[in-house]
Amino acid sequence: MQRSRLLGIAAVGATAALLLAACGGGSTASPGGEAYAGPVGDGEGSLSILAWPGYAEDGSTSPDADWVTPFEEATGCQAEVKVFGTSDEAVKLMQGGGYDVVSASGDASLRLIYGDNVQPVNMSLVPNYADVFPGLKDKAWNSVNGVNYGVPHGRGANLLMVNTDVVTDGADSWALTWEADSPVAGKVSAYDSPIFIADAALYLMATQPELGITNPYSLDQKQFDAAIALLEQQKPLISEYWSDYLKQMAAFKEASTVASTTWQVVANAVQAEGTPISAVKPKEGATGWSDTWMIAKDTSNLNCAYKWLDWIASPEVNAQAAEWFGEAPANSKACALTANKDHCAAYHAEETDYWNDVYYWTTPTAQCLDGRTDVECVPYSEWVTAWSALRS
Amino acid sequence: MTATTTTLSGGFGYRHPRLRLAGLLSAPMAWLVLVYLGSLAALFITAFWTVDDFTGQLVRTFTLENFVEVFTNSAYYPVILRTVGIALLVTALCVALGLPLAFFMSKVATPRWQPLLVALVLTPLWASYLVKVYAWRAMLGPESGVIQWFLEPLGLSSPGFGFLGIVITLTYLWLPYMILPIYAGLSRLPGSVVEASADLGARNGRTITSVVIPIIFPSIVAGSVFTFSLSLGDYITAQIVGGKVTMLGNVVQVTYVNNLPFAAAVATIPVVIVLLYLWAVRRSGALDNL
Repeated sequence: MQRSRLLGIAAVGATAALLLAACGGGSTASPGGEAYAGPVGDGEGSLSILAWPGYAEDGSTSPDADWVTPFEEATGCQAEVKVFGTSDEAVKLMQGGGYDVVSASGDASLRLIYGDNVQPVNMSLVPNYADVFPGLKDKAWNSVNGVNYGVPHGRGANLLMVNTDVVTDGADSWALTWEADSPVAGKVSAYDSPIFIADAALYLMATQPELGITNPYSLDQKQFDAAIALLEQQKPLISEYWSDYLKQMAAFKEASTVASTTWQVVANAVQAEGTPISAVKPKEGATGWSDTWMIAKDTSNLNCAYKWLDWIASPEVNAQAAEWFGEAPANSKACALTANKDHCAAYHAEETDYWNDVYYWTTPTAQCLDGRTDVECVPYSEWVTAWSALRS
Repeated sequence: MTATTTTLSGGFGYRHPRLRLAGLLSAPMAWLVLVYLGSLAALFITAFWTVDDFTGQLVRTFTLENFVEVFTNSAYYPVILRTVGIALLVTALCVALGLPLAFFMSKVATPRWQPLLVALVLTPLWASYLVKVYAWRAMLGPESGVIQWFLEPLGLSSPGFGFLGIVITLTYLWLPYMILPIYAGLSRLPGSVVEASADLGARNGRTITSVVIPIIFPSIVAGSVFTFSLSLGDYITAQIVGGKVTMLGNVVQVTYVNNLPFAAAVATIPVVIVLLYLWAVRRSGALDNL
């Protein structure tokens, strides 16, 4: 009996060892594939959209916000929309497959490109791309070596939202969420993603200039450790970390959270529910995002995907989407079509100065993004392990 | 006299009992070995790999760095201890709440009421997990939740979102899994044994500790296996009512997107803990009489 048991264990061990040995070698990918040469033909009849909340509205959130149903009627591509909460979720879902188009922020797009999950986009097949603001074209997060990987959707900043009943004397500084003597200690909420470390670095740019941070995504070890220390200091102030915007809305309504980073769409929704809030870009600046609609590499609905890209980039739809979400539109002709004529002015869509202190989400790499060659910067994988240690 | 067989298949199974047994067991064994054990093995093997720094794609080279990181980085000790603590506390509370209730259901309630009580205990299991946890989130709300509203006039306050919130919610969720095995064990307890104990002069407390509990101990252990292992792996409750408190499952959740091997290494910890727990249960002899 003993011997057969030992034999059994040995057999399992040997199998495991063989498996480990057999699966060898690394995998590095290069941004692969050729862009579709065209032309865009009839739709395949379906399209699976992976989007940030508020980007692909089909009327289910509010009857006034619906630009998916008109798309379905115009092209015959029945669209299914899945919403995600963080860029990490988006990357994981795209790697799992099953989605045709994705609205990727700058901290997800490069990972998708280098991970071979998206294909280059042939801009001659997207006529509305010509009207996109030049400042959003050919950026580091949506093109590689001159090859475009997607159509810009819009841009925005992560704002500071406060409950004005509790914070009565105006909030114009991130100090409210970082300093130990904050009047709202215990009721602060922070974004639950490793990319939030950049917000800590941003605050250090203003409060500890001697660290020499110029780009919050380009941190050497010393600057990174300082950002982590700041996040540890913030922990006692935190009531919850948020990634599900519905939970954040509930927390604000219930007043268990009174100060938080947020997106304008969430601020609009919270206000609509009756909670008095203000959402501003504080004086230290803010992290932000510029999103790109990308096409999955192995999509079977390529024509529908290109039709969606052209649809969402069109002035009318871009205006609707930007106005609903609360961001600056990507299409320069959208500004004339927003229902609120001051929308573009309010979101500084045509002002280049406003975006000078907005640092778009980007994937940090070991090669410093700010151009320094004398030090190595901390890559995103270490941001993730540091974040998971912080959240333990 | 041997019976003659008419059909080939009936006769075949009759003549080859080992093959018949193999045929009967093949489907469940395939499920157990391939799907269940196989996926656990895949998880364990993944923990020895690593990821490409930039793209996050799996790199299938053997390395121990994930296990080294998990066991040497002191940042993870609190979450491991906290998760085990929550699991043990939830188990203890479930026993404390479930034992009297199961005793009432099986020994005190009349036979007419027993099926109704069992049905009432089972009814919460019909509701979705998320619905129940969100209901607790609404109740535990530190500003406007029901518990706060109830405790404020007494000068107390709601536990809010955090460790206590997680324990309360998990206790509520897993209570039926503790009540039912104990109820089944108590139903099998012969009333004559309890009466004999009273005849021999034992008071109620002595009867319970010396007669009832040892007999239903296997049932309590069976229930505790449910509550312990379910609490150990939970992550959704911590996300919804935990505030900023995290459990081992949350560490896995945060890291599996970007660093699957590291998440796999973290995920082997609860597996090891549950195996140790089952070994301790087995050693205590509780499973012998089940």
